[in-house]
Amino acid sequence: MASSYDYDDASLDSRYARPPSAGQGGAGTDQGYDPNFVPDSVKTFVVHLYRHIREKNVYEIHQMYDGSFQRLSDRMFRESPWPSVEAIAPYVDNDHVFCLLYREMWFRHLYARLSPTGRQRVESWDNYCSLFSVVLHGVVNMQLPNQWLWDMVDEFVYQFQSYCQYRAKLKNKTEEELQLLRQYDQAWNVYGVLNYLQALVEKSAITDVLEREKEGLEQFTATDGYDYEGGTSNVLKMLGYYSMIGLLRVHCLLGDYHTGLKCLAPIDISQQGVYNVVIGSHISTIYHYGFANLMLRRYVEAIREFNKILLYILKYKQYHQKSPQYDQILKKNEQMYALLAICLSLCPQNNLVEENVNSQLRDKYNEKMTKMLRYDDEAYAVYDELFTYACPKFITPSAPVLEEPLTNYNQDAYRLQLKLFLYEVKQQQLLSGVRSFLKLYSTISVGKLAAYMEVDEPTLRTILMTYKHKMHAVDGDGKIIPNADVDFYISEDIVHVVESKPTKRYGDYFLRQILKFEEMISELDRIKLD
Amino acid sequence: MGREQQQAAYTVEQLVAVNPYNPDILTDLENYVNEQVSSQTYSLDANLCLLRLYQFEPGRMSVPIVVRILIKALMAMPAPDFSLCLFLIPEQVQMEEQIKTLIVLSHYLETARFRQFWEEAAKNRSTLEVVPGFEQAIQAYAIHVLSLTYQKVPRPVIAEAINIEGLSLDKFLEYHVANSGWVLEKGHSRSQLMVLPRNEFNHPELKKNTVDGMPFEHVTRIFPILS
Repeated sequence: MASSYDYDDASLDSRYARPPSAGQGGAGTDQGYDPNFVPDSVKTFVVHLYRHIREKNVYEIHQMYDGSFQRLSDRMFRESPWPSVEAIAPYVDNDHVFCLLYREMWFRHLYARLSPTGRQRVESWDNYCSLFSVVLHGVVNMQLPNQWLWDMVDEFVYQFQSYCQYRAKLKNKTEEELQLLRQYDQAWNVYGVLNYLQALVEKSAITDVLEREKEGLEQFTATDGYDYEGGTSNVLKMLGYYSMIGLLRVHCLLGDYHTGLKCLAPIDISQQGVYNVVIGSHISTIYHYGFANLMLRRYVEAIREFNKILLYILKYKQYHQKSPQYDQILKKNEQMYALLAICLSLCPQNNLVEENVNSQLRDKYNEKMTKMLRYDDEAYAVYDELFTYACPKFITPSAPVLEEPLTNYNQDAYRLQLKLFLYEVKQQQLLSGVRSFLKLYSTISVGKLAAYMEVDEPTLRTILMTYKHKMHAVDGDGKIIPNADVDFYISEDIVHVVESKPTKRYGDYFLRQILKFEEMISELDRIKLD
Repeated sequence: MGREQQQAAYTVEQLVAVNPYNPDILTDLENYVNEQVSSQTYSLDANLCLLRLYQFEPGRMSVPIVVRILIKALMAMPAPDFSLCLFLIPEQVQMEEQIKTLIVLSHYLETARFRQFWEEAAKNRSTLEVVPGFEQAIQAYAIHVLSLTYQKVPRPVIAEAINIEGLSLDKFLEYHVANSGWVLEKGHSRSQLMVLPRNEFNHPELKKNTVDGMPFEHVTRIFPILS
């Protein structure tokens, strides 16, 4: 099914704003890049960063990581990599761990601004292996900002996904590139990626920490994972925490939604938690959680979570305009609106979507949603288009077969998920028609309804049962959850319609107003009048 | 004998929980599938783990095992296990005859086309016989969908859904009258009706009204203000 959205991501990396003259293929060969030249500003940067890390000054580290690094990259390294790690090592006592951290940032900058070569991808993998091994052995004794630790896990999964895409496009590879793939067949292998994430989760014992926190025996969320008093390292703990989200993401890329949700289970997303301290991790969690629920037909759950996050982004995105993640935030925002449009077309709801989110949704997708409800050929094209735009970049995890004929199979995984999704949409084809009829009547005989829908009675009975089955999802514990806003039951051959009326939620309204007024009163109390 | 089997199952479940991303457990998982078939048990997690490993090592995939996993998943309906498994099976493998048949059968069940389902199932006895308990599981699913939909269901509708007629159907209905709270009634035109037990799906007045309910945690937010 041809779609108008370009699915190929390797060259259209929109994760970071890319300057239009970004270097093509093979960073470091343009414009006389000298990996050994260390400008003074870089010298100062690494020396200060190293000192702050040693002194465990998390605030300063964050300023340098989020601020100085970006500014220097913009000013001096728009189209070339930072100086090599060997060049800066002498300024930081050749500290092994610092060099691993620097190299991680080095590769991340490369992926964002330039195009990594096959060899550089493999080297980045080696660096992650060394870095994670060091962390897993418990020898890292530092406190790093959550933003940095999240970025590490996020980038790790991203580079894995990127490598799978790269590795699956064999047609135009040079002999040199193929040789590299043959030689380094262990690089970015799926077992390694999954096992590192799993090891981080286990070694950090993060699930125990979260359990104990529920019983009040441990402080974790309250301090955002940091240890302000004892100063013990937060690196392993936070990498373990973020790896749960990383595992959810990898499983979604593989098409295993059930296990992905299981990996996320220790994090309670109905509460505030460390996962929403860093906006990138918040968005990634909810995006993948919502997508997995959509594929599991738990539409109401998906709608609820998308609604919450879209409202959050609407309110707070202005504060992130200067951040390097801003483009990524906007992109995910748009994708989630598309997914919300899909969910609401498959499972219309009356009062789950907040009004500001709803008006944004209507602005963007009103026409498309009307089309999707029609369930004709045009409708399938729209479902196809939105799914393609909004879905994760599915991967084929197995090792490539490097013999002739060489093909590009990077789209196979995506095509399978799309096909199965549209298959599900097709099975729900007649339900929209039933719904519109049911909304018109409080009781109607099976015979009459069959006549209106131009089908015979037995067929209508199957359609009604399909409606019931599709609109009642089975959650993780085997419970049945009703999803539909229009429901019915049949007594012999009369259909009795039950519509859930949108009731005013007084309780919630009063609660919110009480809190708001209390806030205002305490604000006023604080003002001193001269 | 039973204890040994129990211990073996315990170990496989442990493997899946603790060390799932490991090609060495592939054979154990395959044996576990056969065990699920013979002892009429079921483990979605273990089967998904195996399908993932097949994804990682396509050369080691065994179509008969995949077929068994899919049949077991069908038996788990209304849970969406069958779709979950299909997401992990490559397109070429889904073209295999037996798997294509299972996909058709799943389609009939998902769209409540029970008559067509039983017809097609009868044509494919050899594939389905491999897994004992299949018929009963599908009949349980059919009853489930009926109890979502009907307060009072005509006898022919039940008969078609569970593929039982005549004296066997009488026996079946008697059993449920005795054990599951079904009631036999006479509908108009003197047909038989089964009144299914009341639940929140076919008796909407039983649905707990949670619309204006609030999670307790939210209410606790105003406790400091009230005190």
